[in-house]
Amino acid sequence: MAEEIKLMKGNEAIAHAAIRYGVDGYFGYPITPQSEIMETLMEEKPWETTGMTVLQAESEVAAINMVYGGAACGKRVMTSSSSPGISLKQEGISYMAGAELPGLIVNVMRGGPGLGTIQPSQADYFQTVKGGGHGDYRLITLAPASVQEMADHVALGFELSFKYNNPAMILSDGVIGQMMEKVILPEQRPRKTEAEIRSEQPWATLGKPASRKPNIITSLELDSSIMEQNNIRFQAKYKTIEENEVLYEELLCDDADYLIVAFGSAARISQKAVDMARKEGIKVGLFRPITLWPFPVKEISACKNKVKGILVVELNAGQMIEDVKLAVECKIPVNHYGRLGGIVPTPQEVLREMKKMKETI
Amino acid sequence: MQHEIVIAGFGGQGVLSMGKILAYSGLMENKEVTWFPSYGPEQRGGTANVTVILSEDRISSPVLNEYDIAIILNQPSLEKFENAVKQGGILIYDGYGITKKPTRKDIRIFEIDAMNTATKEGNVKAFNMIVLGGMLKIVPMVKLESVMAGLKKSLPERHHKLLPMNEKAILRGMELIKEQTVE
Amino acid sequence: MKDIINPENKVYEKPRLMNDSPMHYCPGCSHGVVHKLVAEVIDEMGLGEKTIGVAPVGCAVFAYNYLDIDWVEAAHGRAPAVATAVKRLNPDKMVFTYQGDGDLAAIGTAETIHACNRGENIVIIFINNAIYGMTGGQMAPTTLLDMKTATCPYGRNTSLNGYPLKISDLLAQLEGTYLISRETVHTAPAIKRAKKMLRKAFENAMAGKGSSVVEFVSTCASGWKMTPDQANKWMVENMLPMYPLGVLKDKSSDSQHTTAK
Repeated sequence: MAEEIKLMKGNEAIAHAAIRYGVDGYFGYPITPQSEIMETLMEEKPWETTGMTVLQAESEVAAINMVYGGAACGKRVMTSSSSPGISLKQEGISYMAGAELPGLIVNVMRGGPGLGTIQPSQADYFQTVKGGGHGDYRLITLAPASVQEMADHVALGFELSFKYNNPAMILSDGVIGQMMEKVILPEQRPRKTEAEIRSEQPWATLGKPASRKPNIITSLELDSSIMEQNNIRFQAKYKTIEENEVLYEELLCDDADYLIVAFGSAARISQKAVDMARKEGIKVGLFRPITLWPFPVKEISACKNKVKGILVVELNAGQMIEDVKLAVECKIPVNHYGRLGGIVPTPQEVLREMKKMKETI
Repeated sequence: MQHEIVIAGFGGQGVLSMGKILAYSGLMENKEVTWFPSYGPEQRGGTANVTVILSEDRISSPVLNEYDIAIILNQPSLEKFENAVKQGGILIYDGYGITKKPTRKDIRIFEIDAMNTATKEGNVKAFNMIVLGGMLKIVPMVKLESVMAGLKKSLPERHHKLLPMNEKAILRGMELIKEQTVE
Repeated sequence: MKDIINPENKVYEKPRLMNDSPMHYCPGCSHGVVHKLVAEVIDEMGLGEKTIGVAPVGCAVFAYNYLDIDWVEAAHGRAPAVATAVKRLNPDKMVFTYQGDGDLAAIGTAETIHACNRGENIVIIFINNAIYGMTGGQMAPTTLLDMKTATCPYGRNTSLNGYPLKISDLLAQLEGTYLISRETVHTAPAIKRAKKMLRKAFENAMAGKGSSVVEFVSTCASGWKMTPDQANKWMVENMLPMYPLGVLKDKSSDSQHTTAK
């Protein structure tokens, strides 16, 4: 059956996709620019159809700890927020990573630091891919660049998260969250039954039958020699993820003399700049990481022999550029262009920076 | 063909919903569409604007700083967007609330007396549909039946009784729009 | 002697849900007795396979090592939020939190109040010993006035530290709470009474009546720097006047006469 094409905001797409995926629980707290996620869920009343729980928590801290509790039971659970709220969730995210719990967190970024602005930003890149919470852990990070990807990344996020028992984040921003585009929603899937969860997530705390030992979900281990072993196990898992789960998109990269590397909304803006540059005869390509962690290190590294220089475009003061520089081992010039505090750069600005770069190489 | 449009005015003038209906109309014709609003406190009383793009191909940037068409509904928006219209592009404004008329010579400028007409004809709620009709007269980027289908899709069922009134407003807008003569 | 050791003559046995792990609690600590009561109540209600406990940060962080049920270890203060999700996603399960005064009444005050205000169908077991035991005896929100701790070495002083927080009294004001009771486990009759209250609380949660909180005014002999016997006496003389025992709230009709004024 051909699915109906709908027009909706990125935030709304997240909510509808969550219901369709068979998510068991959403726990949130209102914050601009992502409040439509919980509003849409409340409007849709999925508890009457799929049985999904939707709860407005007393704080972002409570919401992420509800996610932790739901995840401990092997349930598909999620939360969403925007930058200041995501800072509050870091405790819970670290605990989820430490207890090896799956779950989905959505960050529709806005400009910071502090209370900052409500306008779009990508300034939480470091927070997301370099840690955020305490301890040596990694967060699977997906960067949608369209409303369709907002919807698709819900399923992708849960799948990766459950494959590796690790939290995953959709790192979006006010542009992608607030804009409307066409979207095809996935087919409705049933929620997992308790029997399915007991067999697929044997570690889940759903009540101890006589046949097994108690399941204990914890990140605590006071014996450092065991804690080191736990960490070694986590690192091995992270390495497997880095080897197997990298996603990216290349546009007009084959014959490119220059490359723009950008994710999410910055990639959409840069795409127009690429088109404009091509019209002027400058061969520019766009490399768009879809997973920010794992980062497409090998793929970007391969570009260092093909292009003369890279422009990293971000809605921040220069964060992903560090990973790009590491990937190309500083063998070619890597410049940065970004606007700060909620200002979104225009395609013309990006083109201008591209030309500036071309002149200096 | 790609149409890059900005609609700007006071919050509450129906700026965002006009854009939404235009986007839905594009959807009805299987076009690619994006709709990106200014959001937040601006919506409440301040100035609001929305960027709508209709295209036959995949749309790259939903954020623009120059437009094929600017629809301007108040003075602050005129000041902000007059210079953002591409050379040879179109600016449509409602004279109600405009104290200093647009002056550019390298674009086509149209005026539509939508607010006064809507008030006079007791149809203030359909003000934005009058403006939309005006634009569609100048640039028929979507068919009228697509707009009606889009409206039907974007309005909740309980408001479907308002469809004829909206259609009338669009047609009224098509009559009202007139090109600004060079002074 | 061997003739005496047979099942017919048995008058007491360790609760079946308690395992043989040696407890890390200090001699004289109330935790051990409360653990035992929780294990007995769950077992007697036949809920062993349906119960999920939520452990706190504090001395009871290792509660999961002693009771053979499924456990989730929460971040400090967040147990009521964790339990909210566990219960809402598994409405047929028995879900309880086990928290100390620092966890429940300081860092987790918001989670405690809001879980109770939503009337989550959970039981909150609250150990109030007026001190942070695990981190070495610092001031708790429940620390008594003039009581000395590592972070109020000259005694708790209202101008610096405010007043002892009677959080159970506060929770009793919320529409979402069904049963709030304050107990101790320092004498056999007190233990008997406490167990009865715990059982009621667990029954309420399974019946979907809202939140039940059982506070245990407890001793911390190590933190108070006393012998277990001195600690019990000190508790009766100093803690109980501030935290009087009894039912603070019970919405069930049969026990209105016991409701404290």
